[in-house]
Amino acid sequence: MTSTMLGSTAPEAKDPTPVPIAIPTNRDRGDRVYRALATFGGTVTFVLMALIAVFLLTRGWDALRVAGWRFFTEQGWEPGAGRFGIGSMLPYTVVIALVALFIAVPVSIGVALFITECAPRRIRRPLTSLVDVLAAVPSLIYGLWGLFFLQPRLLPLSRWLGDHLGFIPIFGVSGEGPRPLSLFAGSAFVAGIVVSLMVIPICTAVMREVFSQTPAGEKEGALALGGTRWGVIRDVVLPFGRSGIIGGSMLGLGRALGETIAVTLLISVAFDWKWSVIEQGGNSIAAHIALRFSESTEFGISALMGAGLVLFAITLVVNAAASVVVARSRTGAATEI
Amino acid sequence: MPPVETAPAATPTLSLVAGAGTRAVRIRRFEARDAVLLVGSSISSLALTWLLYERLTPLSGTFGFWVSWYATFLAMVGVTNVVEYDAVRARDRIATVVLWSVGLGVITPLLLVVGYTIARGIGALRIQFFLEDQRYVGALSRADEGGGRHAIIGTLQQVGLAALISVPLGLLTAVYLSEVRGRLARPLRMVTDAMSAIPSIVAGLFIYALWILTLGNSPSGFAGALALSVLFLPTVTRTSEVVLGLVPGGLREASLALGGTEWRTTTGVVLPTARTGLATAVILGIARVIGETAPLILTIGGAFVVNANPFSGKQDALPYFVYRLVRFPQPAQIQRAWTGALVLLVVVLALFVIARVIGGGGPDHISRFRRARLRRKGLA
Amino acid sequence: MTMTEIAPAPPGTGRHSESAPAALEARDVACWFGTNNVLANVSLVMRPREVTALIGPSGCGKSTFLRTLNRMHELVPGASLAGEILLDGTDIYRGSLPTTEIRRRVGMVFQKPNPFPAMTVAENVLAGLRLSGIRTARDERRTIIERCLRRAGLWEEVKDRLGDPGRALSGGQQQRLCIARALAVEPQVLLMDEPCSALDPTSTRRVEETILELQETVTVVIVTHNMQQAQRISRNCAFFLAGANQPGRIVETGDTEKLFNDPDDPRTLDYVRGRFG
Repeated sequence: MTSTMLGSTAPEAKDPTPVPIAIPTNRDRGDRVYRALATFGGTVTFVLMALIAVFLLTRGWDALRVAGWRFFTEQGWEPGAGRFGIGSMLPYTVVIALVALFIAVPVSIGVALFITECAPRRIRRPLTSLVDVLAAVPSLIYGLWGLFFLQPRLLPLSRWLGDHLGFIPIFGVSGEGPRPLSLFAGSAFVAGIVVSLMVIPICTAVMREVFSQTPAGEKEGALALGGTRWGVIRDVVLPFGRSGIIGGSMLGLGRALGETIAVTLLISVAFDWKWSVIEQGGNSIAAHIALRFSESTEFGISALMGAGLVLFAITLVVNAAASVVVARSRTGAATEI
Repeated sequence: MPPVETAPAATPTLSLVAGAGTRAVRIRRFEARDAVLLVGSSISSLALTWLLYERLTPLSGTFGFWVSWYATFLAMVGVTNVVEYDAVRARDRIATVVLWSVGLGVITPLLLVVGYTIARGIGALRIQFFLEDQRYVGALSRADEGGGRHAIIGTLQQVGLAALISVPLGLLTAVYLSEVRGRLARPLRMVTDAMSAIPSIVAGLFIYALWILTLGNSPSGFAGALALSVLFLPTVTRTSEVVLGLVPGGLREASLALGGTEWRTTTGVVLPTARTGLATAVILGIARVIGETAPLILTIGGAFVVNANPFSGKQDALPYFVYRLVRFPQPAQIQRAWTGALVLLVVVLALFVIARVIGGGGPDHISRFRRARLRRKGLA
Repeated sequence: MTMTEIAPAPPGTGRHSESAPAALEARDVACWFGTNNVLANVSLVMRPREVTALIGPSGCGKSTFLRTLNRMHELVPGASLAGEILLDGTDIYRGSLPTTEIRRRVGMVFQKPNPFPAMTVAENVLAGLRLSGIRTARDERRTIIERCLRRAGLWEEVKDRLGDPGRALSGGQQQRLCIARALAVEPQVLLMDEPCSALDPTSTRRVEETILELQETVTVVIVTHNMQQAQRISRNCAFFLAGANQPGRIVETGDTEKLFNDPDDPRTLDYVRGRFG
């Protein structure tokens, strides 16, 4: 026989292909009890959550059925008269969230890049903790701060924007001549800024996680070619972290859409839609539910639930999409959303 | 690889000490030259902006001033670096300045919010806040008369009940998902992830519609606890599952290979190894739930006196206390609200710090007490 | 305490009547992961009081085979096997012994040392007893700890550090701690899956010394990539080989001396001469 290398055939197999046996799992009693207990816990949780979903669906459906597709276009809210819809609330919810993201996403990218690329080693952990503290502060406190501290200082700026940039629709204002500052109170602008503070830590956490996983080899390769730090960031870190930026932003979007209490405190309720971001008025779905629940009839509660259901569905879709975006990326598996 | 911005290498600054043998050389990227450029840019842009604002144009307002200064500052940095080095280096410097500004600047809102809350709330904060409720408070009372004891008791009871319901159930579910991994695991995980996206107001609305309207109960602390649980349970389950998943699989294998049963592996190896992570997850969950206002608005009813029974009768809670009072026109009420807000903020931040401190040590840390106990058992 | 008081207890006199070194026999074992057949026709006798080495290039199924010997193979979802594995004549898959008892009798030391982080050194040694529900009296504990650590060659180095966390030791010490931990439950067989591959040469030497001392009281089956190690410590060898897309099989078994100097099969000769690896 000539000498054979790896890859040659092994000695002739015995004839019939062996059949795998069924391996008995002889668990002892302790294990069976343990598994039963854990399964019980899992089942209870599953049932509870499923019940919540079912209840919301069935109760909300009563009202949605009555309103039909007009639910999305109707701007007023009078369940008793059968005219109710989130026609103005949904866009405002989205506008507030967009204003928040418009501020939060660039800031989060900057902070995340700073922490992973520029910051001296010793301040990385403290700075990360400080950004996480932003997430720990209750949204109620943010709402109070926004109402008492930020808004008075923001009104002159809003007026300046309206006066000088009013030709751009989002900065448009109604009326002519010197406008009273109060016209600008309770706007989506100030609500958006306050919500952005809550969104920044969420986005930063995801982006930081993703940026820190940029392969050192690729970064070093860029530096070895004579690249500057900004060059490395622009050409290696950011492209690699693109999914983290998108995923983090979407997660932040989900958070912003569902924010209730800060918006409730800030917004001056109005039901008609206007393009202007800086002018007062508007209502988010969450704030609307908070303000109206006590005076609602049985059907009114159904209608509110329908609105809450729509909000829940949107948040769910956004969060799920965010998970998918991050999971599919190169960094995916290790990052937990 | 896409083309990368390059710059001619700068000669690092070397420091040589004559005749002193070898000494470590520190290679600096940011030399004295660069510091001068930076400081010079900031001063010159300040001067330029002042000029524009005060003398040359009708622009006004502090906010506008500082925004203009920052823009001019960046432009100055760019110009000086182009002159001193080259365009590539200038872009790098501008980017670095921007990143430093944003990175450190993000602390500013935090300081503003916390600082403002302290400033507004500390004025009327007296020890009575923890000892009295609002029963004797009238329209003309001063802000520091009466207190928030009823709200504090309410919050403690509601959050306590919510934790009592959610933490054991959530841990058990996390063990099921991570260790037992039965057939229900995939749908359960999907449902849990979905439920953790629920807006807090919808959680409150659910309990309001189910517990209060359909089942006919009145608003109570327990209803609030239920609403908080709707938020708390998915959070605890998910974060605990993540923490358990971080325990290396090799430890489970080792335990089984020694002849360990599954449940002893979980209770004897996995859970102790994950204990700091689990504690952190629970504490952070509590910190989040304590500050939740929206679910409580619809479920607890609010009160002015202490109600120590969460199962019957309306109760107050710290966030609800603040939310209600801040909407009154009287300055005294607003002041009380701020005092409550300050207490709430301090509690939340304290929990956050505790969670961080606990989470810092890994499972290896064996405290003095534990060591003494183990010594008595012959195990140390 | 004198040496005689803490010398290894003679086999059969420990808390378990079945602690004497046992013979393991595999008869026509085949393994699958899902539909992927990774081992076929594996038959091997692993005699008591001997060190049997499983050698061969990586990916031939040596570790998979090792894991069938203590019923760890079935922990992988979708894993299945055929054939018989006999521990002192009893089939471990079809017999009446509980899985946990089988794993107690057939211990395992892994490639990467894995002391339990939440436990002290002392607790780690006794962990196996606690995890299989065996109670120990307080006075016994000290004895057991010292005996097992001595058998693992670790006592002198850690006797003042019993209260330190398990992971505070160096890599080689951690691995010997894992050996001590495995010994505490008084196994009849000790399986070792490349125990020295993550260790430095000094620690490797210590572990090999330990293995040689252990073979009097425990049957040892060791998977190793290191042919010199196989020659140093084993009495018998089994050479595994897998073709491309073929399940792993044993090409040749026998005396280590013979296998390395005068093997029957030319493929064995090629492997031990280092012509492929």
